[in-house]
Amino acid sequence: MLALVLGAFVFLFPFYYMIIGSLQTEPDPTLAGALPDPGNLTLDNYRDINAQVNLGRTLINSGIFTGGVLLGTVLFGAMAGYALAQLRFRGRGTVFGLALLVQVVPFQLLIIPLYVLITRSYGMADSYLGMILPFAINSVAVIIFRQYFLQLPAEMFDAARIDGASELAIMRRIALPLIRPALLTAVLLTFIGPWNEFLWPFLITKQADLQPLAVALANYISNVSSRAANPAGAILAGACVLAAPAVALFLLSQRSFVSADLGSGVKG
Amino acid sequence: MGTAFVTPYVVFIAAVFAFPLVYAVWLSFHDYFFAAPGAAVDRPFVGLDNYATVLSDPAVRQAFGNIVVFLVINVPLTVALSLLLATALNKAIHGRIFFRVSYFVPYVTASVAVVGVWLFLFSSGGLVNQILGPLAPDPSWLVNSTLAMPTIALFVTWKQLGFFILLYLAALQNVPKELYESASVDGANTWQSFRSVTLPGVRPATVLVVLLAIITGANLFTEPYLLTGGGGPNGASASPVLIMYQLGIEQGQPDVAAAIGVILVIGVLIIALINRRLVGGGE
Repeated sequence: MLALVLGAFVFLFPFYYMIIGSLQTEPDPTLAGALPDPGNLTLDNYRDINAQVNLGRTLINSGIFTGGVLLGTVLFGAMAGYALAQLRFRGRGTVFGLALLVQVVPFQLLIIPLYVLITRSYGMADSYLGMILPFAINSVAVIIFRQYFLQLPAEMFDAARIDGASELAIMRRIALPLIRPALLTAVLLTFIGPWNEFLWPFLITKQADLQPLAVALANYISNVSSRAANPAGAILAGACVLAAPAVALFLLSQRSFVSADLGSGVKG
Repeated sequence: MGTAFVTPYVVFIAAVFAFPLVYAVWLSFHDYFFAAPGAAVDRPFVGLDNYATVLSDPAVRQAFGNIVVFLVINVPLTVALSLLLATALNKAIHGRIFFRVSYFVPYVTASVAVVGVWLFLFSSGGLVNQILGPLAPDPSWLVNSTLAMPTIALFVTWKQLGFFILLYLAALQNVPKELYESASVDGANTWQSFRSVTLPGVRPATVLVVLLAIITGANLFTEPYLLTGGGGPNGASASPVLIMYQLGIEQGQPDVAAAIGVILVIGVLIIALINRRLVGGGE
């Protein structure tokens, strides 16, 4: 029990500190500074960071990037998961093997060839499409979808097939609603990928008005501008804005986020 | 019908994984540089030249050495702490959801965001040094060439631990309760039943945890880029991916950078196989 409480403190304290730090007029790194001091609280840091990185624009960019990946995954990833679980066709085992293999290839290894291909051969530098493409279908989500579709008995769909429903309609109207918890888990796992991704959008966006928040904030951190009155506070304010949507989505979906699902999803 | 359903996914894998993988190998054996769009340039086959360049570059060797330091700290710490917390969580009666959620929060948060807090916490006059007082390292954590890489290893352990705790938690729930009962009938104490029942029971999860931790190490970029200001001090915390970025994109040598990538992936595969042999046992 002591280990659990200590663990929770170690995991949560930096988040608490992030919020406190983002509200301080003057950065106070002393022990007393970890407690809120009414005389030292302000929202100016949020105004400062907004002046530097345009939170609205970068949040929209993060949203488009993440939304594109979610759309691709829910549309095509669910189809692949459904076929792998419920349909018979040649090469089914190979495709599933591929989905597992993809997890072992460090993505970062591919950045050089992907960078050359996407910016040079396909001419997609500084575009949302180029940003989305390498992440368009999340393989972990495909595996989670398959795992859940496998648990649905095949006879369930036979009646609908006899009635002449198309396979796509069966998947959308019967199968998908039955695996709603998996859908939430898959959406959360897919969401945190592009929302938190730094390296890839950083490489392919040179225009500031296309950059997602993670990239804009990282650029701000790496050449900490002396223009802000309180750079630490401004960074922490930006960090709060970047962290909030992912944490909120996690808290909303954590009920369906049962440990066993994730385990089986990853183990395949 | 099934074929039609998986076609988009297969095309995606081919375009985004298979082809770039082959292309990375091709790049690493040729002399490639960025030319003006549309210009026809000769890209001669150069054999192992790029590999020779990479392996004789002290910065690259240092980066691979740094990853070894990273793994030596990160892997045992991750396995020990996530198993400890998962075991405690498995036994806990109250507040399971609260603990599970709090351990998972760092995992779902962007590295860029939490790096901001760690910079503040571990700066020279930061809270950690304030608490340590005279014990604070000088130079401070992130600008100290001995401590920079261990601090990054600690950061990544902290950030990823929640995910590994969940993996172990799932594995623990599959260990048959009867085994614990018969162990206690045989007079085993807590430590003995942990060693003879729990550890073998979660072995498949351990194989997976070690493999994923190694992949994380091979992928390291954001932390050395931001936390230690580009792999500093003097490359003491540079990672191979950071060097790939600097060589391949900043300095326009994608052929050399691709060679680093190929070496990296071969390294990961070799370590993964050894790991399977060593920890995998009969699995």
